[in-house]
Amino acid sequence: MKYIKYLILGTVFGIVLTKAELISWFRIFEMFKFQAFHMYGVIGSAVVIGVIITRIIKATKMKSLSGDPIEMAPKTFSYPRYLIGGTIFGLGWALTGACPGPLFVQVGNGYLVMIVAIASGLFGTYVYGLVRNKLPH
Amino acid sequence: MIEFISQPWPWYVAGPVIALVMFSLIYFGNSFGMSANFRNICSIMGAGKSCDFFDFDWKKQMWNLVFVVGTILGGVIASQFLMNNEVVAISDATIAELSSYGIENPGEGMLPKSIFSFESLLTAKGLIMIVLGGFLVGFGTRYAGGCTSGHAISGLSDLQPASLLAVIGFFIGGLAMTWLILPSVLTL
Repeated sequence: MKYIKYLILGTVFGIVLTKAELISWFRIFEMFKFQAFHMYGVIGSAVVIGVIITRIIKATKMKSLSGDPIEMAPKTFSYPRYLIGGTIFGLGWALTGACPGPLFVQVGNGYLVMIVAIASGLFGTYVYGLVRNKLPH
Repeated sequence: MIEFISQPWPWYVAGPVIALVMFSLIYFGNSFGMSANFRNICSIMGAGKSCDFFDFDWKKQMWNLVFVVGTILGGVIASQFLMNNEVVAISDATIAELSSYGIENPGEGMLPKSIFSFESLLTAKGLIMIVLGGFLVGFGTRYAGGCTSGHAISGLSDLQPASLLAVIGFFIGGLAMTWLILPSVLTL
């Protein structure tokens, strides 16, 4: 039962990604062509509110539901990892029109061929795991 | 109310809801990161036997896997019960441009059905967009340590320089693909 809240949250996330057309290949193409504000509005407003929420969590030293301190580990900064890795993901994002979350929501929307994209994504993650020690981070 | 729900939701509804999903996950003692599930699923499938990157206790990530099941369920519920309009209202410029690449009825459905279908897996275009695209998403997100949820939403919300750099990378790749490469792929 402790997992039911995650099922509900995931369901809300899947509904909002569908209803705001964030899982649409057309919307991603339009975003990278700067032909509409929609995607920037979604990500921008999520970040603005997210910044406020994160500041409040830190300022009030908010505790989690289980009473533990909320920790947000800072990410170790480096150029190659985020720039190269990010660029590779960006290439794939514009091809499939989906980041990892939307891939699953697309399947829920009945686009079953995206199971193949997910399988390919799993393989990509596996290959990264195999070669990561040879990559600049 | 029903009428509002069945319309496409505007950005100023979607953005705040996504921020609240992120907050809820943090409040439950976890974090918002979808691409981590690719690693989790690899581990479930036994990748830990051949690669130590996947040799961890994935059961501790069960909450995230349940979240993924929820997203699929959300997609089913939204598409079956909450939609009355199959057309994605993309801009006229986007419609004109995609039409020029031979895509019929741009905006009809969530994806161009002529490309994202099982039949097109037998074509170069389908292989590049579905299989290669999926591979790059899986490889790139793990290399970068996150995707849109982990870096663009959570990381930027925490003002992490690493996440800003990752998002810049997302756009370098996405813009290069959309402006320079995709026109050739779409007209294959």
